[in-house]
Formats: sequence, structure tokens, C-alpha cells
Amino acid sequence: MARTGPTNTARRVLVWLGVVIAVLTAVLAGGTMAGHASWAPKLALDLEGGTQMILAPKVEGGSGINEEQLNQAVAIIRQRVDGSGVAEAEISTQSGRNVVVSLPGTPSKETRALIQASADMNFRPVLQAGPGAAVPPEARTPDDQLPKPTAEPANSSDVNWVTPEIYSQFEALDCDNPSQDKQERSDPARPLVTCEPASANSPAIKYILGPVEVKGASIKGSSFQLQQGAQGAVTNDWAVNIQFDDEGTAKFKEVTERLYQFYVAGGGQSGSDPKAQFAIVLDDQVISAPRSLAVITDGRPQITGGFTEASAKALSDQLRFGALPISFDIQSEQQISATLGGEQLRMGMLAGLIGLLLVVVYSLFQYRALGLVTVASLVVAGALTYLAIAILGWTENYRLSLAGVAGIIVAIGQTADSFIVYFERIRDELREGRGLVSAVENGWKRAKRTVLASKAVNLLAALVLYFVAVGNVRGFAFTLGLTAVADLIVVFMFTHPTLQLLARTKFFGEGHRFSGLDPKRLGAVPLYRGAGRIRTPEDKPAVAVRAKNTGATAEAERRMTIAERRLAERQEQLTGSSKSATKEDN
Amino acid sequence: MASFATFGNELYTGKRSYDFVGSKKIWFLIAAVAVALSILLPVVKGGFNLGIEFRGGSEFTVSNVKTTDTALGEKAVEDVVPGSVPRVANVAGNTMRIQTDKLTDDETLRIKEGLTTAYGVTDNEVTSTFVGPTWGADVTKQALLGLAIFVGLASVLMALYFRTWKMSLSAIAGMLVTMFITAGVYALSDFEVTPSAIIGFLTVLSYSLYDTVVVFDKIRENTSDLAASTRRTFAEEVNLAVNQTLVRSINTMMVAILPVGAILFIGAGLLGAGTLRDLSLALFVGILIGTAATIFISAPLYAWLRQNEPDLVKQARRVEQRRAEAAAKATPATA
Repeated sequence: MARTGPTNTARRVLVWLGVVIAVLTAVLAGGTMAGHASWAPKLALDLEGGTQMILAPKVEGGSGINEEQLNQAVAIIRQRVDGSGVAEAEISTQSGRNVVVSLPGTPSKETRALIQASADMNFRPVLQAGPGAAVPPEARTPDDQLPKPTAEPANSSDVNWVTPEIYSQFEALDCDNPSQDKQERSDPARPLVTCEPASANSPAIKYILGPVEVKGASIKGSSFQLQQGAQGAVTNDWAVNIQFDDEGTAKFKEVTERLYQFYVAGGGQSGSDPKAQFAIVLDDQVISAPRSLAVITDGRPQITGGFTEASAKALSDQLRFGALPISFDIQSEQQISATLGGEQLRMGMLAGLIGLLLVVVYSLFQYRALGLVTVASLVVAGALTYLAIAILGWTENYRLSLAGVAGIIVAIGQTADSFIVYFERIRDELREGRGLVSAVENGWKRAKRTVLASKAVNLLAALVLYFVAVGNVRGFAFTLGLTAVADLIVVFMFTHPTLQLLARTKFFGEGHRFSGLDPKRLGAVPLYRGAGRIRTPEDKPAVAVRAKNTGATAEAERRMTIAERRLAERQEQLTGSSKSATKEDN
Repeated sequence: MASFATFGNELYTGKRSYDFVGSKKIWFLIAAVAVALSILLPVVKGGFNLGIEFRGGSEFTVSNVKTTDTALGEKAVEDVVPGSVPRVANVAGNTMRIQTDKLTDDETLRIKEGLTTAYGVTDNEVTSTFVGPTWGADVTKQALLGLAIFVGLASVLMALYFRTWKMSLSAIAGMLVTMFITAGVYALSDFEVTPSAIIGFLTVLSYSLYDTVVVFDKIRENTSDLAASTRRTFAEEVNLAVNQTLVRSINTMMVAILPVGAILFIGAGLLGAGTLRDLSLALFVGILIGTAATIFISAPLYAWLRQNEPDLVKQARRVEQRRAEAAAKATPATA
């Protein structure tokens, strides 16, 4: 067989498809070996079992919530969930309105309450501070030497708050490896032993804090800016400004008056009395513990020291968010048992397999050997979809849900339709009397437009649903879109090149009875049967018709039998037909 | 199956032809009646059978139960919330479903424990769902918004691709008929309307337009150089295109409906109610109706919308004239 242009192109395209699949597989294999990815797609909770809560943020006073506040809310929920010892929790926003929390297993009542509660920000004075690491058991203060309160504490900075229990707790606390079992909110009227987690430029620190002095609700606003020097010139240091309301201003003045005494007594700038510090506590964790360098009377403290622009912004955001009491309404909560999840996955896969099998049987029945091309194309499309889902599960944390599985099952039909449209076009071309090779090329030209236009509708639907819809509609839209893309790739890079090559084989090219492209069964009499062209006697009158003058052609055409008309059309297409068949007869 | 291929051949050449376009009045009438019934039925029945996602409330699913006695489930709920009226049903095989009004967290946990002991299963086999009353409405609102945006964009896309808004209009009309009838069948079946069913509806709409685009593309092809031809009138060309794509329509419908049918009849039978069943019913009906609506509604409607265009009227007259002349010539010839 002569090596013609289309054949080479077809081979090249197939090789490229092989390269694409190989690269995707290699990427996934690399990720799996590095321990980040896995061969199996990640499953959503409805298939794996677990709890999914969809929360709607609720601002006190009924005002709306903006994107930034929602992201803060997510950050805070994440911190709470992590702090409660639940591993592998996933928290995300959805459509800019809802927060979705997915947890494996069943959350305890306390965890649930924590997730729903509004952010709890307050200011506490520091009583004692120390390096984050736990004091080794052998080095701990013996029981009889633990500090004992000598009197009732006079104010929040009074060390008489530190009882032996609290001191033992402080020594044992390990802020470098925080244990994640905190589930209950602290009592604002009691001292608190807690951590400031390690950050980029400071190690973890642990504190004993006095009772709450100023509540987060007293914060009216917060901003960050470059610090101004003594002469009003802008320096390179970042600062965070807080603005308190009237109550907060009064309370904060009282606090700073007391703390400033510790600052002065401790030796001013060079001193190190932790009691000069006040801690900003969010959800029982210290986010910052600045020293009080002055008495703040106007309710506008400025926090400085060691901020980068990013860390100043982060603290400012946290302060603003803490001032905004957002709590969460549970919109929907699903606790799916692992049994049910696994069952749903099995059933989904079973239904999908049965559906696929039926499609295979139907294709083979309708298209004979050509149906095998459908099956192979579906397999390639399936492989591409699978790889994409597994890789997206790794890179984008995409999780396949039951709705997503449904999307894939539905897509089987729509993917197969591209092949059906294409095959029917080829058959139409064969009916017009073309040889298979040119029928494939012409049919493809026409089918390509249809496939592109119809897939555009599908992709449009998937995109719109993905961006607008909420809940599991999105998972469905995602797989629908993904499979539409996979389908396009397969039609262009697999089905068409394969048919180009197959059209040149003896089995298909000569229209074997079982090829699904048998011109006789399609009602077309092949024009070429080889060098010794055989014409049946009844063809002859049709040729005579062609001799009629042009004016009568339309009428003659109308009066022709189907066979005559086909033959007449074939006459015009002689040059377009294939020359590849060489055999006398089939 | 030689006969099906022959069927395709005859449809292609025009030897066998179904008059989809000519009999449009019948199809339109049937569609109008079906749509009217689909609107009336839910009204008469007092609305759709809304799922828990739309009503709000709690639902428990217990897998692998030892006994399917509904009284056990009722008792487990009433022990915790006296006076409540739980709906307990054996949904499939050995799976029980218990629905209640909205419960507090504490009640949910206690009922879960109660059900675990009542049905002799482990903690791992009880699934609970709590839905706030506004969630379903939220899903629906967003889905409808998505639908509106999709229909708008798809109309523009089709109008641009086919270069005529009349094709957009006909396709959307066919889609609306599909939507109404599918919703009507859903109401008739008394299946619960859940967010999964909404997903199904949205897919049906996308499928319906998709199917119409494929058929319309053939119509566009057949009618593109109509002005130069006197062989067929516009309506006849449209009808021929529908006939020529009929085999494809049937094959596509079969291939699309087989997996969906597998979910509906096999998956749902084993698993009972759930995402897959709700979705597949909407799809099963929608694919059937959507395929039919393209053939019986969209295509005839398009022919009807355009048949009074001056160019096409002129062309139709030329065809008539040519046929009359041909008949006049033919008569003496055969006499």
C-alpha cells in the first residue's frame, strides 16, 4: 500500500495521542512514587464515608459578608478543626457564599459546636511566658515548690492567678508539637495556658494569660501601614493599628496603665518582664503578644516590631475579623457511613459497567467491526478521563463524588454520540457512492463541524453549571465538562486517525460484510471493483440518461429510480473515488 | 441486522420518508396537550413530592439491617423526640430510611444511637443527613440562575453558528417542551424531587439542545444552497434532513439511554432511593422526550418559522412550477 499523506498524518496524530497518555501516566506515576499522588482517584465523602457540612456564615446584625471575610472565616474554621484533632479535614468556600467542611468520620458534639461558633477574640494580659517546648518531666518543678497563690488576685495581671495546677499545665504544654485535642472554649474569667504557634520569624512561645480584659467586639477597626518615624517620615517598618470603641478605649487605657508600670519597672526598652505584654487571643490561641510601651488613652494603639507587609496584613485582617462576630448556620449536614459510601460507589460502578456493556453490544450490533472502533475510542476516552481525575485529585484536590460518577455514566452516551455522528456521515458518503477512503475524509469534514458545535453546547452547560451552581451539582458539571473535553480529544486524535488507517485495510476498504461499512448493505454499488470494472446491465440506461440535454436534467433526475440517481451522482464523482482497492471482487 | 441498514438507506435517499414537517399540527397539538397536562398534574396533585433537601429536616439511612420492621425505627425516634411523626420506609433490600422533622444536634446523635441498637447494626452503617429548610431553595435558585444563563448563552451560540435566530428559537422551544414534559412525568412518578433530580433536569436540557444542534446542522447543510435548486421546497429539505439523521437520532438515543437505564433499573433496584435513581429517572425520560422533541417540535417549528420568508416562498413557487411542468410533460409521454 502506498504511503499517502493522510496515512502519515494519521499515524503521527496517533503517536501524539500515545505521547499525551504516556506523559499523563508518567506524571501520575511520578507523583505516586513521590508519595503525593495515588493511582486511585480521590473520593468525596459520599463515596468514602464521612461528614460534610455546608455552612452559611451569619453576621450579627444581618449585614452581608464579603469574599475577604469569608476567606477569613475559612481560615478560622480550619484552625479550629485542626485544633480539635480531626485529621484530613477539608474546608473550602463555595460560590462565594458558603463554607463546606468535610471531615472523615463523625465529628463529636464539641467539634461541631466549635465549627459553628463565632470567632472568639479577646485581649488578655500575660502572666508568664516561656519557650514553646515542654519542660522534660525530670526537669519539672517538684510539686512542693510549685507557685502557690498567697492571696485573691487583685487584677488580671496578678500572679496569684497562677495555681499549682496551672503551673504544671504550663510546664507540660508543648507548643512545638501542639496536641490537638482542644475542644472546649476557655472561660474568659479564668486564666488560660496556651501557645503562640511558631511563625516565620519567631519560634513557638507558651504563655500563662490572665482573664479577659478587653473583648474582641470592642474593636471598631484595624488597618496596617508603614510606620511613621518621630519626624513624621515614613520608615520601612510595618505597623498594625487598632481602633477601639468607647468601652474598649476605657478598658484598654486601664490595662495599659497597669502594663506600662511593669514595662517601666522591668527596665523599659531593655526590660523583659512578660507582664508588660498583652496577648491578642483568637480562639484561645495567641496571635500576637506585644509589649505595652505607653499608656494608650485614645483607644488607638499601634502594634509594631518585626512585621513584614504580609504579616501586618494578616494580623490586621485577623483583628478585623475577630471584631466581626460571624457565626455559622448549618445548611446541610450529611454523615455518610463508610458502608453506605462504599455501597454507593460499588453500585455506581456496577451500573456504569452494565451501561457500558450495553453500549458495546449495541454498537457492535449496529456497526459491526466499526463498533470495535467505538469501544476502543470509549476505552481511550475513559483512560484520559481517569488520568485527569487522578491527577486533578493530586494537584487540585479534586474529589470524585457520586454526582460526578453519574456525570461520567451519562457521558458514556454523549461520547459515543460523536462516533455515531461520524460513522453515519461516512455511511452517507458511502451511499453517495464514494470509496471508503474519500468517504472517511469527506464524512469527517462534515462530522467535525457537527461534533464541535454540539460539544460546544455541552461544554457551555458544564461551565455555566460549574460556576453558578452549588452543592453536588458542581461535581456533576465538572465530570460532564471533563468528559466532553476528553471526547473531543479522542474523536480528533484517535477515532478519526484510526478510521483513516482502517479505511486502507482490506477488511474495511473492501467493505467486508462484518465491517459495518459494506456498501452493498448501505445500498451503494461500489463504482470501482478494480481494474476490470464490472458494470451490471441495468446500469447502462442510467448512463444514457446522462446524455440528455441539461434542460431536462432536473425532470429526468426526478424520474430516476434511486439506483439510477445514485449512479448518476457517482458518475460525477469518479475522480473523487478511491484508487486503493485492487482486488477483482470481494 | 440488514433491515436497519436498509431502513437507513431508504431514509437517506428519500425512498422512505416520514412526514415530520408536514404533520406539524398533529405534533404541536400533542405537545401542547402534554405540556398542559404536565403543568396541571402537579397542580392537581398539590405540588411535587419534595425531598428532604427542600422541606428541611433530618434523614437517617440504616444499611444491612437485621430486620426491616418499620415500627423499630418509629420507636427509636419517638423515644428521643416524643410526639414526632417519623416516616420510616424500607427503601431497598435491607436498607431502612427514616425521615423526621428538623432535629437538634443532640437529638440527631441520640436517634442515631437508638437506630443502631434497634436494627442491630454498627455505628458505621447509619448515615444521617440534616438539611436546613433554606438549602434546597438555595440549590434550586442557583440551578435556575445557571439554567437562565445557559439558555441565554446557548441561544446566542446557536444563532451565531447557524446564522439565524430562528434555529435558536426552535431549539429552545423544543427544549422547553422537553423540560415541561419531563417535569410532568416526574410529578406523575411520585419520585422525590431532590437536588440530584435537579441535576438530571439540567443535563436533560443540555442533552436536548445538543441533540437539536446535531440535527439542525444537517438541516443547515441541506438547505444551504437551496436558492439554486428546484428539487425540493424548504420544508421538504428540512424533512429530508430529519429523516436522514433519523438513524443517528435513534442510535444516539439508544446509546445514551442504555447506561441511564442501567442505573435506573439495576442500580436503583439494588440501592433504593438516592442520587443515582433520582438522577436517572429525569435523564431517562428527558433523553426520550428530548430526542422526540427535536424531531417532532424543533425541526417542524423551524420550517414553519421560515416558510413565509419571501425568498423561500419564491423558491417554493419555482419548485411547484417545475413540478407542474414536469407533470405536464410526463402526461403525454406516458399516454
